Amino acid sequence: MSATTATTGRKRTIVERLTTSWLYIGLIGIGVVSFVRIITDTDDLTGAGTIRAAIIATCPILAAALGGLWAERAGVVNIGLEGQMILGTWGAAFFTYHYGPWVGILGAALLGLIGGLLHAVATVTFGVDHIVSGVAINLIGAGAATYLAEAIFPDYEGGGPRQLNGLEAPAQITIPGVSDLANSIADRHWFVVSDIASVVQALTTNISTLSLLIFALVIVSALVLWRTSFGLRLRSCGENPQAAETLGINVYLYKYVAVLVSGALAGIGGGFLALVASSGFSNGQTGGRGYIGLAAMIFGNWRPGGLLAGALTFGYTDSLRLRDTQSVHSLLLLVAIGLLAFAAWRAYKRQVTGALVVAGAGVLVMAWFLLTDSVPREFTVMTPYVTTMFVLALGSQRLRMPAADGKPYRRGSAG
Amino acid sequence: MTGRLKSVALALLAPAIAIVLSILVTTLVIAAVGSSPGEFWSTMFEVPKPRLRVDIVNQTAMIYIAAVAAAIGFRMGLFNIGLEGQYTIASFAAASFAGAAYLGGFANVIASLAVAMLVGAAWSGIAGLLKTTRGVSEVISTIMLNAIAVTLVGYFLNNYGVKEGNTVHTKNLEPSSTLGGFSPFEDRDGEIWALSIVALLLGIGFWVLLNKTRFGFDLRASGQSESAALASGINPKRMILISMMLSGAVAGLIWMPALFGGARNYGTSFQVGLGFLGIAVALLGRNRPVGMLFGALLFAFLSVKSNDLTFGTDVSPSIVQITQGVAVLAVVVTYEVVRRWRTRLEQRAVSRELTGTTAGATS
Repeated sequence: MSATTATTGRKRTIVERLTTSWLYIGLIGIGVVSFVRIITDTDDLTGAGTIRAAIIATCPILAAALGGLWAERAGVVNIGLEGQMILGTWGAAFFTYHYGPWVGILGAALLGLIGGLLHAVATVTFGVDHIVSGVAINLIGAGAATYLAEAIFPDYEGGGPRQLNGLEAPAQITIPGVSDLANSIADRHWFVVSDIASVVQALTTNISTLSLLIFALVIVSALVLWRTSFGLRLRSCGENPQAAETLGINVYLYKYVAVLVSGALAGIGGGFLALVASSGFSNGQTGGRGYIGLAAMIFGNWRPGGLLAGALTFGYTDSLRLRDTQSVHSLLLLVAIGLLAFAAWRAYKRQVTGALVVAGAGVLVMAWFLLTDSVPREFTVMTPYVTTMFVLALGSQRLRMPAADGKPYRRGSAG
Repeated sequence: MTGRLKSVALALLAPAIAIVLSILVTTLVIAAVGSSPGEFWSTMFEVPKPRLRVDIVNQTAMIYIAAVAAAIGFRMGLFNIGLEGQYTIASFAAASFAGAAYLGGFANVIASLAVAMLVGAAWSGIAGLLKTTRGVSEVISTIMLNAIAVTLVGYFLNNYGVKEGNTVHTKNLEPSSTLGGFSPFEDRDGEIWALSIVALLLGIGFWVLLNKTRFGFDLRASGQSESAALASGINPKRMILISMMLSGAVAGLIWMPALFGGARNYGTSFQVGLGFLGIAVALLGRNRPVGMLFGALLFAFLSVKSNDLTFGTDVSPSIVQITQGVAVLAVVVTYEVVRRWRTRLEQRAVSRELTGTTAGATS
């Protein structure tokens, strides 16, 4: 691959860039988690079961976040991700029941795409405010899925007005040799090595093909948006649509494509919830994950690597609420260490007030860890939301969204 | 046609088209799943029974309060998506305070309303502060605050609430602190809650605030052009924080009619979703006090009357959620189309007057 970026004179392929910075951050992260695991003696923290649950919790958030990335890179804010995801859960259930899981996933994407189409017509063609349209689409999505389920599913085998159970899930994959080897290493509970082995084990044992597909979509999206002329044009519509128009780009077309892809990705995320994360459709099963996906994307600074990290963080905390409270409790130590390290970094950068605020939070969390034995389940549920608020509050100056994101654009406005 | 009549006709055109569109889509959806649209519409358009009429008034009041809360933000150019969280946490706080009965009788009601407004304002104030000090978009922060409010209330309820069988709720109100209401029909048909009057007062208050006060002018000016507002000496950050908190304070009142009228505690009887309905109604009614009243009445009618569908038809009541959603999307789209059309008409009129001939019109 000969693609290079014009701005960094040096040749760096995308693989190189992903591996250099993210590899180090990942390694440091695993190191700290491993450290906490050993001193608090909670092997469940990185057990293969936990990692598997985390991957399952991550995938829907990741798909929604990717959907947000596509739309917002083209300058359309898509609050309607939640509604498109809800439509996806219904689509997956309906099409899987009739034609099997793979058509079911296509059906989920199709229903999400219809939600995206509504959003595109309202925001791109008619110039309606993006948030307003998104709120309306969430109402329609929730209403449509509820009504269609009540009207159709009671007649199906395993169905009722609010659910459809017993759907066939997409195939699972196990890589025999690697899986067993990783399993034996993970059981030794060595520092760092066993934690990595746990991750390898979870990734090679009974992993759903749909999970792999969603992870692959991150790489595909990154390549398409940043390494093709199509992607460059699409992103230019999000940065400066007037300039794009003067260069002969059909801005409406690119925005339409982006919002349709966005809806389809959110729909696939909904499909994952119905087919893999649980054994069927149930009303209201998205539980705000569309919004979390949006938050993960902002957390990740409108970048594929960043939103992957965001989705993994949220997915990991999301999965922990299902597990024992002791491992959540030991996670407090992890948060405290993280906050104190961040405070030290701020102090090093001579941002005194910021450092003091973060250090104060770190000391509080540390005190919470030392003075209690368990964390109420509700606080674990809250974690992703509170984290997002913190990240936005502390890092909003550092985040850079597409310059024309959410702004109305009309053809011919370039003068 | 005079100019004023024409503009009224244009303003009514958009909601009319939107209602026709939502009726059309609803009919198509019902027909698509094999039910009978005719049965559906004849059931919906029957005159509601007295009990339902009372319900419609009560629901209209609550939805209207939510719409006013949303409109305060919208007129300022702020998207307070967090009404849902604000009224959840405010209702819980007010119900806990009222149930603890620190005060007796009517004083308890007034104090609880104040608690609801304060808590609502504080919760929305977080988003306001984050926006003014850190530049965080209020859309994202209020969505996060919604989720945090719901889990936080769940935590407090589970740990400090009164357990009764499988359900948990806050302490019941003392009989002296419940307000009841008035029964326009027979007693068994239920009461119109006393605090529904709050909706009316808020509507009038909102109109006065917008049209007769300096603050209302500042609010509308900031909403239309922040730079122009800044140039005329308005502090935009102060306006953002105040209007956000005002919106939250009003949101705190959303469920109060039900609490003091029938529910008597915060528990399973708490009605979720009013915040989003309020946002929808504010959009439907163009953030105008009278427009929102019609919107709230329409939405309340649809929600309440849909209960009749379970008897006699095979259409499930949730169909009205589609009607409501389509109505909102259609109305915002048609308003935009009408606005563009009107601009073009005005441009033509101007160019006609300038050139003295229609041939010179360009568009």
